[in-house]
Amino acid sequence: MPNMSLKKNPMPEQEPAIRAANFKEVALGYTREIAMAEADRCLGCKHAPCVTGCPVNVPIPSFIAKIKEGDFQAAYEIIRTQNGLPAICGRVCPQETQCESKCVRGIKGEPVGIGRLERFAADWAMNEGQVSAETAPKNGKRAAVVGSGPAGLTCAADLARAGWTVTVYEALHTPGGVLMYGIPEFRLPKALVQKEIDNIRKLGVEIVTNAVVGRAMTIDELLTGLRREQVPSQASLGDSKESQSLVGASSDLNDDKYDAVFVGSGAGLPNFQKIPGESLCGVYSANEFLTRINLMKAYTFPQADTPVKVGQRVAVIGGGNVAMDAARCARRLGAEVSIVYRRSEAEMPARAEEVHHAKEEGVNFLMLTNPTAIKGDENGFVSAMTCVKMALGEPDARGRRRPVVIEGSEFELPVETVIVAIGNSPNPLIKKTTPDLPTETWGGITTDEMGRCGKLHVYAGGDAVTGAATVILAMGAGKKAAKAIIEDHQG
Amino acid sequence: MFPIVKKRVLNPTVTLMEIKAPLVARKALPGQFIIFRIDEEGERIPLTIAGYDREQGTVTIIFQKVGYTTEKLDTLNEGDALLDFVGPLGEPSHTEGVKRAAVIGGGLGVAIAYPQAKALHEAGCEVDLIVGFRNEELIILKEELAASCKELTVMTDDGSNGHKGFVTQALQEKLEAGVQYDEVIAIGPLPMMRAVCELTKPYAVKTIVSMNPVMIDGTGMCGGCRVTVGGETKFACVDGPDFDGHLIDWDEAIARSRMFRKEEAQAKEKGHLCRREAMIEEAAKGAE
Repeated sequence: MPNMSLKKNPMPEQEPAIRAANFKEVALGYTREIAMAEADRCLGCKHAPCVTGCPVNVPIPSFIAKIKEGDFQAAYEIIRTQNGLPAICGRVCPQETQCESKCVRGIKGEPVGIGRLERFAADWAMNEGQVSAETAPKNGKRAAVVGSGPAGLTCAADLARAGWTVTVYEALHTPGGVLMYGIPEFRLPKALVQKEIDNIRKLGVEIVTNAVVGRAMTIDELLTGLRREQVPSQASLGDSKESQSLVGASSDLNDDKYDAVFVGSGAGLPNFQKIPGESLCGVYSANEFLTRINLMKAYTFPQADTPVKVGQRVAVIGGGNVAMDAARCARRLGAEVSIVYRRSEAEMPARAEEVHHAKEEGVNFLMLTNPTAIKGDENGFVSAMTCVKMALGEPDARGRRRPVVIEGSEFELPVETVIVAIGNSPNPLIKKTTPDLPTETWGGITTDEMGRCGKLHVYAGGDAVTGAATVILAMGAGKKAAKAIIEDHQG
Repeated sequence: MFPIVKKRVLNPTVTLMEIKAPLVARKALPGQFIIFRIDEEGERIPLTIAGYDREQGTVTIIFQKVGYTTEKLDTLNEGDALLDFVGPLGEPSHTEGVKRAAVIGGGLGVAIAYPQAKALHEAGCEVDLIVGFRNEELIILKEELAASCKELTVMTDDGSNGHKGFVTQALQEKLEAGVQYDEVIAIGPLPMMRAVCELTKPYAVKTIVSMNPVMIDGTGMCGGCRVTVGGETKFACVDGPDFDGHLIDWDEAIARSRMFRKEEAQAKEKGHLCRREAMIEEAAKGAE
């Protein structure tokens, strides 16, 4: 007889007052007892509607059945057949709109805590179990993956498992993409991301950091080999030799060329509102603010060499998960923080859980409020943000009610820091240096639904194709592209 | 890791290093920059590429000890290595079709102006190179500079080399004498670049400046390096670092360069303390 409780087993969490002052993980994870009790709520439906809600098709009822039995290693291995980064997905996937939204138990009561169970199985395997690194025999095929975020890592892992030799090129000094620079430690511990990346390395995937595709090399060079191009060989200072060489490149470079290239370069160009004052000191893009804190560990400054400044009062513009992350980081740095969003809470794209956590930690929510200008002091530092109040009007094309300005509602919000979290555009570097790669007018790479680009042997997925979306959708795209790459390069 | 294959002290505050970085050396062009990080706790610091050797796979950087990280970099020697070294970043300088140019370098900017002058000079452009230093003792790369232009003018603030004045004065003399430049290229501290732009504007001479704002990733991701050019927001790392100096919002650029001034001072203090401790420790060891 299954556990018929209408409620999910609650997630043990750090107390709000305590966690608002530290960067440690908020959600502590299920114990084995809680996990088994929660697994017991799963009815094991034969038609498994939950799986249809999962962008990477994790066999959900099967892995939950193993947790029920207490065979956590088996549960983990089942997840791993479809999901290369389960400890991450268990934490940051919007399960409420995916697998859990299809759960039969959700019709009356709360759905099974699928995400929490996935996290449990993954954490258990990392700490107490084993992580397999089985791959098919090498097939002599080589793939280059551009970007080591969720799309790239997933594509790399699937290709490596199928016997491909894979090299991932990462522009930053650390692999992980948004998992490292974007999502904060308290939501996704970086040591855990490192472990998941190590698991992918164990499959034989090589990750080259400090390599900017689109600058240091082009997509075409990845397909034809790095040492082929002839360029003038020197522009050195006086005491180096002046002769021009025909080699064109240092013999230290390997002559890698690849049968296929997957582009998962993300949506790495922050949008601004184009209101006056956005270049004052104290205005950050959410990317910059979060990168300083997460990647560069600025919250430990001066121990880490990179600083971040928040002042007393912070306004975060936007209503998505990135806005919540930025707000909660600023709160942890001791500031009074307000989320400023032009629609109402119901329209906010952030996960309900993130909004709830932010509120518990004391973040203010100024809804139906739109910034019109940022004001500075005599030294060029932010002193206030001018806003207007909004009302919801007619629904727009996507059915969201369009906010309209309430006349005469202008007011000033005194702040020292403004964080702009209103989305990102695709990074332009690859488009610029790959003229025959078809792109959309807004900059995204054009692909078919399997990630094939209009350029032979080139595939793409994740935010570089869709614009800013979620970790799991990027992973789903990486997975599909891996499948297409394998299919297209058989024989 | 990226080994330091050569170190040369150019003056008491300016050092040249050649770094083994084949991937960067392979594609580097004048006007582009790199970002380095010394160690795990380190900041990402952008520096303009001063030279490269594709065959040897090395890239030359020249830096001035201005803050915590550059002071720390200067303590490293040949055989040591940097943890991270990424590039080439930014757009290369566009110098096609320039027949007559003035290249202006101030202070450390001289190191960056040099490869630009050299590239133009080698492409057959008639280059007047005007460089400025605080005093004679600080003059760097004198021979290299002389060999990379048609005419070299070295100015010193205190006149200790016999040519007292700022680079702008030397440029002004040329302009007043009726020299017609296709382009003026100014590289150096923000106030110097601004002064050059103010000087050339009435003469309607196209003036290119090389911006070096605060940035983190150098690929467009953080947006910290934004510069207002002709009323539009540009990212120095993807759109620059070269911009039309007559269109730059200089007040804003100068204010933004000071955003972390307090923290920079704090970090510098930390560096001095660390190094003092290390010295005391070493002295104690020596005494044992």
